[in-house]
Amino acid sequence: MSAEKLDQKSTRQGYGQALLELGKENKNVVALSADLTESTCANHFAEKYPHRFFQSGVAEQNMITMATGLALEGKVPFASTFGVFLLRALDQIRISVCYNQANVKLVATHCGLATGEDGATHQSLEDVGVLRSLPNLVIIEPCDYNQALAATKAAASWKGPVYLRLHRMKSEQFTNAKEEFVIGKAQLIEKGSKITIISSGPILNEVIKACGGLKFKPEILNCPTIKPLDNKTILNSAKKTNQVIVVQDHQISGGLGSAVAELLSEKYPCKVKIIGVKDSFAESGKPEELWEKYGLSAKTIKKEILEMSIGKKKVQR
Amino acid sequence: MMSSVKNLELMSNTIREDLIKMLTAAGSGHPAGSLGLTDIFVALYFNILKHDHKNPNWDKRDRLILSNGHVCPVRYAAMANAGYFPKTELVTLRKLGSRLQGHPSRLDLPGLELSSASLGQGLSVAVGMALAAKLDKKDHYVFCVSSDGEHDEGSTWEAINAAHKYKLNKLINIIDRNNIQISGFTHDIWPMEPLKNKYESFGWKVIEINGHDFKQIISAVQKAKGSKDQPICIIAYIIPGKGVSFMENQFSWHGKTPKPEEAEKALLEIKEERKRLLNKR
Repeated sequence: MSAEKLDQKSTRQGYGQALLELGKENKNVVALSADLTESTCANHFAEKYPHRFFQSGVAEQNMITMATGLALEGKVPFASTFGVFLLRALDQIRISVCYNQANVKLVATHCGLATGEDGATHQSLEDVGVLRSLPNLVIIEPCDYNQALAATKAAASWKGPVYLRLHRMKSEQFTNAKEEFVIGKAQLIEKGSKITIISSGPILNEVIKACGGLKFKPEILNCPTIKPLDNKTILNSAKKTNQVIVVQDHQISGGLGSAVAELLSEKYPCKVKIIGVKDSFAESGKPEELWEKYGLSAKTIKKEILEMSIGKKKVQR
Repeated sequence: MMSSVKNLELMSNTIREDLIKMLTAAGSGHPAGSLGLTDIFVALYFNILKHDHKNPNWDKRDRLILSNGHVCPVRYAAMANAGYFPKTELVTLRKLGSRLQGHPSRLDLPGLELSSASLGQGLSVAVGMALAAKLDKKDHYVFCVSSDGEHDEGSTWEAINAAHKYKLNKLINIIDRNNIQISGFTHDIWPMEPLKNKYESFGWKVIEINGHDFKQIISAVQKAKGSKDQPICIIAYIIPGKGVSFMENQFSWHGKTPKPEEAEKALLEIKEERKRLLNKR
């Protein structure tokens, strides 16, 4: 798939556009915000459908449980805030949303180092690790505007709790606007050999950059559904390459890489390298600067690819 | 629907007997809160609520959220006596494979509305339900039963604020003001009073009642239903452990169940009360 040169947009904008369209397509769709209406791009829906928009104030716990009540009455609530603040309502997410299998869509913008200048307090780097252990919850991290739009629509059609992990930064488009989003399916971005690289979110840009100019083509998978994982696609690729690198804008602990490692350690043990934030808080800076400093940039990824490719002892089978 | 107070009192007596048997068989659970809320639940299921035990998901039913989920035995007993499921199932409480989970699980037992028990969440879910009803212009009421202890939680106050903001006049929060929580008396654990003034300053209409007086319970709900644009809080003053003398007002009975000999003593007291009620004219 070639990168389409479109105007750069963010995944949160894709969500905002999808929510607006859903307002027309499904009268049961409602939206909630914990004050961050514009930052989460829920403002377009709020302006067009004010009676179906519920402002919850700076009170995330109440937003999530109100959303539960709305969902239990047949509404399809999208509750959005920043990733770091969503976790304030973890108990509500665990019991009211997940245990009840309430049809609530949790939307977190401002995830990852991609959040940038706001600094460590606002960069959600732990959300997937925390939420991945909750039963009944689907976790999706789209890589670009188009995919965020399609994933939001897919989340609305899905019966049950969904967590959408979104981002503030604008990035290049990889996916086609007409492409259907299927929950639980990974996408083959580049067919290749020797190494499988798995990623989700806009950090995919760095992966693609890292693979440019190599003497071989690594196989690149975009894995927007972190839970449930596309076991089949990942296993098939790992069986071909025997070496896997996972790149995530998240703490190494608990993210997509952990999910991949859990799968492979059981079904097809092979070498797995997880590139992510190494158990630290970050700081203010531009997303690209932060990726560089914290070891997630194309340069670091390329270095890891080269090291792995020159065959530092492979797992014997 | 049971109209006479005497019939309601007899039903409470039956349910208190059920509770002692259930909790003793389970060997763990929460007797004080369950016994204390018995009269409220009898009033709800046998007089106040619009509901259909044969059709627990009836669209026009009044919703009843139990926020302090740990007192679910009283809801189970009220539901069984109202015909939702066979009474023989009551003694399966807290046993492996039972629909009567230690704390309410709505996907196991139809009619529970919400799986709840982490305190400070139920009122907010009730707010969401009332919002949905308002959006769809539906006529039913959303009742929430909550505990005084869970007013320690900040999230409860977020919900109280939200209900006022959205003028949810069909939301009725009944507070089990029994003065105890697991570690002691509420006034020793965390200051709560003046609860009535707090609710009023948050924009709610407040009605205070004796939570064991059926006439007061029923008339409070009737008054609540006249509210035009305010949510309603009914502060029900309740004796925890009501009906079993050695459990009454003892916070030590919040979360422990009677030993067989204690259960026997409790059942004897409940039986005596039944005789007294039957002889009442």
